[in-house]
Amino acid sequence: MTHILSATLLGPLLAAAAILALPARAARAIRWVSVAGALVPLAGSLLLLARYDPRAGGFQFLETVPLIPEIGLAFRLGVDGIAVPLVFLTAIIHLTSLFVSWSLAEREKEFFLFIALLVTGVYGVFVSLDLFVFFLFYELAVLPMYVLIGIWGSSMEIEGRGPFAALFPKIGVGRKEYGAMKLTLYLLAGSAFILVGIFLLWVEGGRTFDYATLAAERLGVGVQRSAFLLFYVGFGVLAGIWPFHTWSPDGHAAAPAAGSMMHAGVLMKLGAYGVLRLGFGLLPAAGAELAWLVGGIAVVNIVYGALAAGRQTDIKYLIAYSSVSHMGIVMLGMAALNEPGLSGSVYQMVAHGVMTALFFALVNLVYGISHVRDMTAMGGYAARMPGIATFFVLAGLSSLGLPGLAGFTAELLVFLGAWTSSHAWWLIPALIGAFVTALYVLRAVRTIFLGPLEPARSSGLRDARGAEWVGFAILGGALVLLGVWPRLLLRPLNAGVGELLMRLGG
Amino acid sequence: MLPLALTVLAGPLGALALIGLVPPLRRSGRPAAFVAIAGTAVALMAAAALAAPFVTAAPPAPAAFELVWMPLGTVPAIPFGLLVDGLSASMAVLVALVALLVQVYSLAYMAGEPPSSLGRYFAYHALFAFAMLGLVLAHNLLQTYVCWELVGLGSYLLIGFWFDRPAAGRAALKAFWTTRLGDVGFALGIVVLWSAAGTFTFAELFAKASSGAIAGGALTLGMLGIYAGAMGKSAQAPLHVWLPDAMEGPTPVSALIHAATMVAAGVYLMIRVAPLLALTPAVAEAVFAIGVATALLGASMALVERDLKRILAHSTVSQLGFMMAAVGSGGAAAAYFHLLTHGFFKALLFLAAGSLIHAFHTNDIFSMGRAVRAMPVTSACFAAGALALAGILPASGFFSKDEVLAAVLAGGHPVGFAILVGTAALTAFYIGRALLIALVGAGSGASREAHDPPPAMTAPMLVLAVPALAFGIAGPTVSRLVAAPEEHAPVVVPILGTLAALGGAAAAWVAFRRGALEIRARGPLAPLIRALERRWYLDAPFEWGYRVLHAGVFRGIAWLDRYVVDGAVNALAWGTWGAAGRLRAIQNGRVQDALYAVAAGLVLLAWLAWGA
Repeated sequence: MTHILSATLLGPLLAAAAILALPARAARAIRWVSVAGALVPLAGSLLLLARYDPRAGGFQFLETVPLIPEIGLAFRLGVDGIAVPLVFLTAIIHLTSLFVSWSLAEREKEFFLFIALLVTGVYGVFVSLDLFVFFLFYELAVLPMYVLIGIWGSSMEIEGRGPFAALFPKIGVGRKEYGAMKLTLYLLAGSAFILVGIFLLWVEGGRTFDYATLAAERLGVGVQRSAFLLFYVGFGVLAGIWPFHTWSPDGHAAAPAAGSMMHAGVLMKLGAYGVLRLGFGLLPAAGAELAWLVGGIAVVNIVYGALAAGRQTDIKYLIAYSSVSHMGIVMLGMAALNEPGLSGSVYQMVAHGVMTALFFALVNLVYGISHVRDMTAMGGYAARMPGIATFFVLAGLSSLGLPGLAGFTAELLVFLGAWTSSHAWWLIPALIGAFVTALYVLRAVRTIFLGPLEPARSSGLRDARGAEWVGFAILGGALVLLGVWPRLLLRPLNAGVGELLMRLGG
Repeated sequence: MLPLALTVLAGPLGALALIGLVPPLRRSGRPAAFVAIAGTAVALMAAAALAAPFVTAAPPAPAAFELVWMPLGTVPAIPFGLLVDGLSASMAVLVALVALLVQVYSLAYMAGEPPSSLGRYFAYHALFAFAMLGLVLAHNLLQTYVCWELVGLGSYLLIGFWFDRPAAGRAALKAFWTTRLGDVGFALGIVVLWSAAGTFTFAELFAKASSGAIAGGALTLGMLGIYAGAMGKSAQAPLHVWLPDAMEGPTPVSALIHAATMVAAGVYLMIRVAPLLALTPAVAEAVFAIGVATALLGASMALVERDLKRILAHSTVSQLGFMMAAVGSGGAAAAYFHLLTHGFFKALLFLAAGSLIHAFHTNDIFSMGRAVRAMPVTSACFAAGALALAGILPASGFFSKDEVLAAVLAGGHPVGFAILVGTAALTAFYIGRALLIALVGAGSGASREAHDPPPAMTAPMLVLAVPALAFGIAGPTVSRLVAAPEEHAPVVVPILGTLAALGGAAAAWVAFRRGALEIRARGPLAPLIRALERRWYLDAPFEWGYRVLHAGVFRGIAWLDRYVVDGAVNALAWGTWGAAGRLRAIQNGRVQDALYAVAAGLVLLAWLAWGA
């Protein structure tokens, strides 16, 4: 029995404890402890990728510690071919978010502490096989964001218009407190659905929280349908499904760099993973029955998110809306209920995670350097920040599905899955979304980086430096690696997806 | 054969990796240029060695290599592979040769760039060369698409190379977006064919299609999609609008990407899938008709243009139309022959144009003049290219255009044939006009101290002049390369073609002697000329469409999301807050109120118990 999974969890958790023990003055030590706490899970995830046996399939690297046997509660860890790539994704984002936050100079101790706690929760969700523990980790992952945005976030004013115009100044739309509160409340509302769903399964499924036992249980279609809808809405909020997505632009725009990287990069994937794992995985009959709903909303996400992104002038909002669109591709692949679609769905979780983390890291740096949020007040920045421009273009190309980068591999699989699903027409809006993405991403590139650099705007502009490069290089390298070498993730993924399909078919 | 084929790709890829990943090399400029040139030279040698056996009388059988790129459980894995046959090997030679010559030319042409920009320029070139060669050697549709997008990226980056010029950024976007619009169709076509045939590989697709294993509807839809992609890349009307604007890029780039190689990729793809096209006559008919229309459209726009590069760009649009018309008529060999000769002579024309632009510091032909005396080498090269473009014996263009016309006639399209012969006359006229004004005329630039460029620029031109003039004799070899039977055109075709070309050239000469070549929108033809100057108003629908999308749809959805969908969320939050404010009154701490509540609860419970 190996302990790769518990080591993966303990890395950031011990780092959190060490940071707590360190004095706030020890800023350097805090950073390096954080990095150490990120390298452990990274090593763990690489081991998982290398040693997960797709032939044997199923959940591997199992660890069990009984907690309350009377109610079927135990600390159960294990990963299958679907979770392995997501642990890898989390490890990459975790490490790079630290490097991107290297020059942070405000309450560093607390900042790195909350990051470590948050990421422990994320790893925990991906590796737990007990629904109760899963839920605990889920909450641990979701809550620190409130503090991260509330303290280290940034604010702006948004003018009220439309039918609810009067409310805007009263609520303070656009302020970081607003973004933090909205995000947290929205996600907690989702959690309430999830908790009810979990208890429903506990009651109907033989009074246990054990994933494997529940998966073997033959639940009635009615129960399945209720639980599936609870999970779909509950997790779907975090996955940004339309129309419950509006926390994402405000939350992500207000969050600090590492916050939006973590949140858009991995936390939104927790939502999608929850729908996949607890929804389709535990409730196959309801999943097959309600796939039309998931897929139908997904294509709305794809097109609506892309169109809304087209008009944003704040790059952070633009990227947040593009996340709404790209998460639609994740959900669409899932709803296709076939091999390419499901593989593409998980692949897109990873691809989008890396890409959007790179975007948010770059954008926060551009804000930090230029102190401008409005993209239309930028222009010609490539002359002074060629490196940032290069990485921005790289992330943009991945998001619009340029072959050779991660996004294309994922989108290709999802497109193949969509066309061969029982709703072939889903492919058309998906292709439209991909085209609109090319419109807004390249327009943003031109607006920010190309054109003449006006002297009035050029003062103080610089390129990235030091540790910032490390973060960008890892994320950019990952985009290329995942684009040209899909086998790396598909090897475990095929096993996981194959098993899921067996259940869905049977 | 595999090592050679891999070497073709490894040369430019290695150069790209070196320049891209070693920043000091990139910033050093010229050393980076030499790395890129070395990579392309390696590719050229390997490609030549690859192609050599195929031009012999007994060519080897096509060879395909593949490995698994995406394993997919129970669904067939998605492969990555190379296909070496006469078509791909010879095309690789063309691509590598023109790329090499253009890169050498760029050494001198771009010498004024700062070192780091120069390094970036050559990194883009290496990327482009790699992608283009990968496209040529691809053995399946998906890989074609992969490289197809990457050459599009190379084009985008190189058009926008001078990124501080707003026009360059705009043109780069326009090129990317327009071709991407076609690629939406391409992607759809690939997915449709895959789901119908279960494979991306050309050979398997051909086998399944000819045995009827692919449903007719799916095959037609798939081919329409693929053709949509080819329309974007190969500038077929109405998706041609990006190509003239792409001239904002450096001139050597225009020679390589927007004349000889990338824009020919669409034609190349259609030649590659010709066996499928033969099974979908409706699509073939569309390819033909749009090709003819594009040929005429491009030539007509070139008539009134003053910008030398844009004249050549309109000409490229027109010549691509010729090629597509041949493909659509079932004359893949003719189209390929014309693709090759056009690659040589149009690249030559662009390089010569670059030399003229370099010397006169303008793109306007009326600001040039008397280059014949000042720049004899450049002028001779331009004239050689012009002869070939006009299709005048013995230049290469005569032979290939002849084959195109014959294929169109043999395909049963007499009307299309007549239009193309007319277009050939227009071709001779517009290139004659450009040549006479820029090289012979006494324009405002005639007095300038223009002179021939350094050897790094003249040598590539001279090398290209040889095939531009003499490649016509290779016609039978080209037929063998694509394994097409050699056909003999009726003798009326070359006679009509030559008469048209000579007529057009003579008209240009007469007009030149009368000083009537500066075409102005006057007289009875004024509306027509204005329409030509405005490029038949075909850019307008795209601009209008984008404006509607941006100012209408994008704005509408963003507004809806912010103020209605999210507004409702805010209203809910506010409502909860407000309700809480009211309900707070319940928790006022007064004992008697609490007792009332308890009593009311008891009554309620009693009622419930009673009811039960």
